[in-house]
Amino acid sequence: MNKTLLAFLALAALAAMTPAHAALKILATTPEWASLSREIGGDKVDVYAATSAFQDVHRVEAKPSLVARARSADLVVATGAQLEIGWLPVLLQESGNAHIQAGGNGYFEATSVLRLLEVPTSVDRSLGDIHPQGNPHAQLDPHNIALVAKALTARLTLLDASNAAYYSARGADFQNRWQIAIAKWETAAAPLKGVPVVVIHRDQVYLCHWLGLAELAAIEPKPGVPPTAGYLAQLVVKLNASPAKMILRNAYNDSKAADWLSERVHAPVVTLAYTVGGTPEAKDLFGLFDDMVNRLLGAAK
Amino acid sequence: MWMKKNRGAGTALLLLLLMSGVGRAHADELSELKSDIAALKTTYAQKIVALEARIAQLEVQASAATAIAEAPPPPPPAPAGGGGQSAFNPAVSVILAGNYANLSQDPATYRIAGFMPGADIGPGERSFNLGESELTLAANVDPYFLANLTVAIGADDSIHAEEAYFKTTALPAGLLLKGGRFFSGIGYLNEVHAHAWDFIDQPLVYQAFLGRQYATDGLQVKWLAPTDLFMEFGAETGNGRHFPGTGRNRNGMNSTTLFMHAGNDIGDSASWRAGLSWLDQRADNRSFDSVDGTGAPILNAFTGSSRLWGADFVYKWAPLGNSIERQFKFQAEFMHRIESGSLAFDTQGGNLNGSYRSSQSGWYAQGVYQFRPRWRIGLRYDSLHSGDPSIGLVAAGALTLADFSELAASSPDRTSLMLDWSPSEFSRLRLQYAQDQARRDARDHQLFLQYLYSIGAHGAHKF
Repeated sequence: MNKTLLAFLALAALAAMTPAHAALKILATTPEWASLSREIGGDKVDVYAATSAFQDVHRVEAKPSLVARARSADLVVATGAQLEIGWLPVLLQESGNAHIQAGGNGYFEATSVLRLLEVPTSVDRSLGDIHPQGNPHAQLDPHNIALVAKALTARLTLLDASNAAYYSARGADFQNRWQIAIAKWETAAAPLKGVPVVVIHRDQVYLCHWLGLAELAAIEPKPGVPPTAGYLAQLVVKLNASPAKMILRNAYNDSKAADWLSERVHAPVVTLAYTVGGTPEAKDLFGLFDDMVNRLLGAAK
Repeated sequence: MWMKKNRGAGTALLLLLLMSGVGRAHADELSELKSDIAALKTTYAQKIVALEARIAQLEVQASAATAIAEAPPPPPPAPAGGGGQSAFNPAVSVILAGNYANLSQDPATYRIAGFMPGADIGPGERSFNLGESELTLAANVDPYFLANLTVAIGADDSIHAEEAYFKTTALPAGLLLKGGRFFSGIGYLNEVHAHAWDFIDQPLVYQAFLGRQYATDGLQVKWLAPTDLFMEFGAETGNGRHFPGTGRNRNGMNSTTLFMHAGNDIGDSASWRAGLSWLDQRADNRSFDSVDGTGAPILNAFTGSSRLWGADFVYKWAPLGNSIERQFKFQAEFMHRIESGSLAFDTQGGNLNGSYRSSQSGWYAQGVYQFRPRWRIGLRYDSLHSGDPSIGLVAAGALTLADFSELAASSPDRTSLMLDWSPSEFSRLRLQYAQDQARRDARDHQLFLQYLYSIGAHGAHKF
């Protein structure tokens, strides 16, 4: 018994000997918030993205590696609006980290500063995988990114006051570059207004809303509910009557349903990065929107 | 950018002018040059005007966008529940479970041969059964604690507090303190609630050594190392009443648990967690049904120490971490237990007493594969080794091994195959077939159909 206890304590002590790290540690739940944190935090932050563009953020596991990152994080940057409800609460509870608990300065929810679309009037699971606070996939409207950037800059200056000037300067610089980029995208994407599209899950709502794409139908009959053969057949009939110009698919979506529909309704499938890293071109937030606009324009020709 | 162009244009103009000054004074050449310069001037002037217009346009757009960016954030969403007292209601979730069981052997005769029966074991009753319905209430208490209550309502209308604990949220340095009644952190499956199991029942090693699942009334302290490699160290103490211990009417700490877990990712697609556990407690008169050499039913009892150590390993894989389409999960656990003390024979009759020592082990390994969205198939193999216990009464010649026939060496095993379908995250239907050779002399063919429904707050599960 004593030997067991000794070995146990020795191992614990070994684990305690770890080099100190000066940079502000940020655990971002998704690649877009990781990218934004890097834009504003520069070399004063050490950012870890909990998920990649090829994962469905609704369905992520509270992996040991994530608990370990939550343990030493100074700030958690999450989407909120219950997008991460299946795993983030476990990370926070298991982290043993008082700083990042919800409500504290070390916990930031992007959607807390946004006006969400599709806030349901009634909430019932028979309606599928709906989010009571509204559709959380808000990062696909760059104006939302600007709002989140502003709030995140404020949070960073609050958390790491000694570098406040640095964050403010980077935040302002990002806003300038971002607004110029938005103007560029909006000018370039003007021909996309009113272009009829089909989506898979209702997570391109903000993109459609921003660019004025007309969302004809969704391949999922209800959020998170896979289509039945009957529903797909109806969809084909509907789309043959009023044709869509393209079918939007996210990098993380399986291509089967979109390809199947594409063949039958003669509309190309456009694979969108959805978030940073989803396509080779989407290296950062600027690349993400450049690439999405380019791909949409390419398919709309 | 435009400044550079402008400056470039100016230099070009100047150069041209200079060149024209030193050029030969052919009249038509000069006029040609003049008209060229004029043309250049107009072109650049037009370009500059165009650029200036573009800048002005950008500035307007930028200021408009900044105005949007600087607009006050939208009002926060109204709290769920409409405010008032109910705004602070805890998260409520309910699990409903039930099954249909077809068992080739009478479940009343279920024994794990070679092992002293303790708590709740076996495949349950035949035919239609209501499973355990679980009601969970959970919320933050204040900025320092959270609380969780899980009440299990059994098919026999029994109600018991499965878990009822508080947990700290504000301790420094990666420390977590938990108190109340909780599933111990030992092993991998021990902390997992029944509705999240991948098979309808617990592995035999859990049934034989821990009476299904080891819960304790006590305290747990956990420390998470501040490393990128996940490392967690935990210790628990409690009243030690849960099988394999018994109530002992004694002050102080009646059980000790130590555990440690480590885990990490392997690339983008896989993750693992491994653990070691130790459980030390005592049993006083832990009685169990048996039969003597003549086949007459008697009651025996064990008193002594029960020490268990275990190792567990979990590996999960999904292509690029996306578990929607396909996922594979492998898990295996090993446990070894030494019980030593005294064994009382026929406590209500002759009540003979002698020494007792057993060294027993067991393990299981299982793989569950999600081969298409919502469908999973799983295979599990269970194995136990009881070994021959050393029984003082037999060694001294007072009794023979036939008087302890249930404790004679045995190696029970079981193979289970399951298929489940989850229409959504909140519902699951399962078919399971098992060949159970826990009994010494008979093979039990078990067929189960199970349903699991989850309503209320969205649960979040551990890895």
